[in-house]
Amino acid sequence: MNEFIQNLIPLVVAVVGSMAWLAVNALVLVYCERKFAGHIQRRPGPFEVGPHGVLQTLIDGLKLMGKQLLTPDNADRFLYWLAPILSMIPVLLLFMPIPYGPVLTGMEVDLGLLLILAFSSFNGLALILAGWGSNNKWGILGAARAVAQTVAYEIPLLLTVLAIAFMTGTLNLTEITAQQAGHIGNWFIWKQPLAFIIFIVAMFGETNRAPFDLAEAESELTAGFHTEYSSMGFGLFFMAEYGYMVVICSICSVLFLGGFHGPIPGIEGWWWMLIKTYALLFLMIWARWTFPRVRFDQLLNINWKWLLPLATFNLLATALIMKL
Amino acid sequence: MSAYQNMDQMTGDFYTQKFEAAKQDGTLIINMGPQHPSTHGVLRIVIEVDGEYIVRAEPVLGYLHRMHEKMGEVQTWGGFIPNMGRVDYGHAMAWNWAYVGAVEKLMGIEVPERAQYLRVIMTELNRLTSHLLWWGAYILDLGAFTPIMYAFDDREMLLDILQRPSASRLTYSNFRVGGVQMDMDDKCIELIKAFIPHFRDRLPMYHDLVTENIILRRRIEDIGIIDQDMCRRYGCTGPVLRGAGVAYDVRRSEPYSVYDRFDFEIPTQDSACSAGRYHVRIAEMEQSLRIIEQALEQLPGAEGSHIVDKAPKPAMKPPVGEAYFAVEGARGKIGIYVASDGTKTPYRVKLRAPGFSNMNAFAEAATGTILADAVAILGSLDLIIPELDR
Repeated sequence: MNEFIQNLIPLVVAVVGSMAWLAVNALVLVYCERKFAGHIQRRPGPFEVGPHGVLQTLIDGLKLMGKQLLTPDNADRFLYWLAPILSMIPVLLLFMPIPYGPVLTGMEVDLGLLLILAFSSFNGLALILAGWGSNNKWGILGAARAVAQTVAYEIPLLLTVLAIAFMTGTLNLTEITAQQAGHIGNWFIWKQPLAFIIFIVAMFGETNRAPFDLAEAESELTAGFHTEYSSMGFGLFFMAEYGYMVVICSICSVLFLGGFHGPIPGIEGWWWMLIKTYALLFLMIWARWTFPRVRFDQLLNINWKWLLPLATFNLLATALIMKL
Repeated sequence: MSAYQNMDQMTGDFYTQKFEAAKQDGTLIINMGPQHPSTHGVLRIVIEVDGEYIVRAEPVLGYLHRMHEKMGEVQTWGGFIPNMGRVDYGHAMAWNWAYVGAVEKLMGIEVPERAQYLRVIMTELNRLTSHLLWWGAYILDLGAFTPIMYAFDDREMLLDILQRPSASRLTYSNFRVGGVQMDMDDKCIELIKAFIPHFRDRLPMYHDLVTENIILRRRIEDIGIIDQDMCRRYGCTGPVLRGAGVAYDVRRSEPYSVYDRFDFEIPTQDSACSAGRYHVRIAEMEQSLRIIEQALEQLPGAEGSHIVDKAPKPAMKPPVGEAYFAVEGARGKIGIYVASDGTKTPYRVKLRAPGFSNMNAFAEAATGTILADAVAILGSLDLIIPELDR
């Protein structure tokens, strides 16, 4: 019993910590995105609430909570409200195995990478349920797109991650980070450049971010799967989207950019992880505010005709080199 | 089975039900609009989709019908001019011109030379704002948020310029029978002269940022073919027709006012696709700049009047008769037919809106494409909904 409690306490702390981390990240990231987008578009971005608008997202969140929760008439109430929750909850778990610092790891899991890939698939399910449950034709079209997209982009993502797992011989993220210790030359981006590029592209597809935001393609499907959601129903999808962005960028920095290790030996710490993650996040934001949206068949073509063969090739090449 | 037999089991209005009567198995009928982000207002398109492929499409009009033609029959001749600014908020000047041109033709009024040039300058500036608005909104339809901000940056400068001689920023109604309402001051001309080189510098940036983008090119090239044959059948004009390779421009083929004195090209594209129409409009912006430049050079001095002496009052009574006048708007040929029975109000005003003809080509062009292409095609037609419904 005593041992159980001893195990339980850090777990609870870690879950609470990752919830806080997720909420803070969503606040900061949304503000950063809007500010960044503003400057890309030659305007100041949010400016009214607080100095330079720093409180804007907080106020927006409050506003969102104050709105009425509406359920459409013929919606499947259970699935309709299950979807945003199902989208949000797995994100909390996903932060667990990611090593943010030498001691700042929620829970060291031997199969951390597998856990993340497994639980992140819940998002696809949530999007289907949202589109189906809301009994809206645009929602169904959005959901259909979301399914095809997330299923397709998970495969190259998995294959690139597998290549790393082949190389390191482990699925433990802490272990993978440890193998990249030392200087910048030890980072896996140099050993797996192709995998890195594939991962970056698949990252956009997996998180439904522009230019691959087909599931909610605003100008085509009004809002896609979340057309009918109001208040925090939409808010949860929104937070989950930003949560997934943080998770996938964190994984990318762990797998390819050395995690919390600095570019020169001796200076390691959580700040490196933060810098790398946010650099990747800014890349995603930058792409969103720059590119037009691809068409759906083009999106799938990119995946099945380019990413998948390249990822397979990369995996085989890695296996061959490892064998030799 | 007719669509009207089991009304109680059917949902939707008349149009949806009519559409539903010919529905195939396994398809979905969706209403794109009247409230939809990419129909730019209240155009409604009933679409039958098989997965994402469009089987049939049919535009439903009338959500913004404001009876401009009927209003023309109850208002005085001069009092109808503000209506013209509201038919097409994108290129209001051209509508102004078409109407006053028709009335002038009816009354046999010769417009002073300076007024003619002022009309040319203002209409071409307005064409630039219209094309910029279209450009930004089109790229927005295709999913890129940023270009519209850049377009509006330049458009803002143009609106500031146009504000001076017209006292309004969108729904201009500053043309008068016999000239224009206000003269252009020196400051305005200075601003225009400063704007031309500025915009010439900006256009290559637009190309670099947007036109050459591979995603954009894949989205618009070879999408939405509206060829010459289709244009003839539907009566498409303007950039849609020129995008199909026909160099038809009212300014050149039936020159009105002083347009025959300018040296400008009629840009055409043979591809007949969305990209063709895109390139035509971008090239037209350059040509408009050329026209403005030449018009400013040739502009008669301040001694020339901006309106004819003894300009007719709003309650004028044109002689019995009829007249038709056509101008080239940003969306195509704007034609206005007026008939007078010698009273203070027109007997009939008929407006030929280019967008109406262009829009009808959509259904045929969109059949067989996917939903995202429908947006790309609809945007490339540059529709202004108040103009369609009038």
